[in-house]
Amino acid sequence: MSIVLDKLRAQFPSDVVSTHSDFGDDTALVRRERIVEILAFLRDDPDLRFDFAMDLTGVDYLGEDPRFEVVYHLYSLEKKHRVRIKVRLHEEDPVIDTAVSVWPGINWYEREAWDMYGIVFRGHPNLKRILMYEAFEGHALRKDYPKARRQPTIGPEE
Amino acid sequence: MAVTQGKGGGGGYALSTLDSLIAWGRKYSLYPFTFATACCGIEVMGAFGTHYDLSRFGAEVVRFSPRQADVLLVAGTINYKMAPVLKRIYDQMLEPKWVISMGACACSGGFYNNYSVLQGIDKVLPVDVYIPGCPPNPEGIIDAVVRIQKILETGAPRASERWPIK
Repeated sequence: MSIVLDKLRAQFPSDVVSTHSDFGDDTALVRRERIVEILAFLRDDPDLRFDFAMDLTGVDYLGEDPRFEVVYHLYSLEKKHRVRIKVRLHEEDPVIDTAVSVWPGINWYEREAWDMYGIVFRGHPNLKRILMYEAFEGHALRKDYPKARRQPTIGPEE
Repeated sequence: MAVTQGKGGGGGYALSTLDSLIAWGRKYSLYPFTFATACCGIEVMGAFGTHYDLSRFGAEVVRFSPRQADVLLVAGTINYKMAPVLKRIYDQMLEPKWVISMGACACSGGFYNNYSVLQGIDKVLPVDVYIPGCPPNPEGIIDAVVRIQKILETGAPRASERWPIK
């Protein structure tokens, strides 16, 4: 088992649901309640130093419960190692705390996840659509968004 | 009316109406505005380059201000977020103006049948000439310019005259 996951489980024994290192990719499934603390720990611990939030995305597991998942891909420029943090969210309450306070650069990724999946990042400074226009209804990458659905074309004034 | 030289060197006259004289002038000075958003734009560059040389047809002066352009050449995928921008550029162009829809994406959305891509620019603009292809050859662009010259030659109505889009 890797040092990253060992330290993470030692620090947050009740928040880490499961871990695996399949194909050498360290992955931890955690609860959403203390996600900011977990991410800040990963950034600040002298052995971990995850200073680079490479990606954040949403996943829609339609038909499963919990339905949504938020995935953080982190990298340490200093230690040259990676970790993947996953958080499952229920359909009726797809809310998670924002990580902007940990890595300011994660701002736009969270906006994208909101735009495409409707995942709400509580405390985000500017949570509005980033790819689609404001008049767009729904969240386009949800699995129940109809493929053939077309929305009204917006005019030059909007 | 214009004075010309006869073949034998003597003076001659070419009779014409003012309208057809203006149309003749416009025919060889179509200034294109290239709205290139995808790979079709590369083919547009090829058409303007020395090998295909669109300047043979008088349409080589690319204007990147819509107020100086006559032909809107839409080359590439237009998505819903871009559509109002395209419409505004079209509205800023001065009459008379023509629109060429180049490539599968601009004509019909192409293979992007999804939530974000406009299914053909004719949803928002009146289109004079469609060029099929993915992407079309530079010959296709030349053919489209020649077809606009034909519209001028015959005095046929432009798309914007017979195709009101709100």
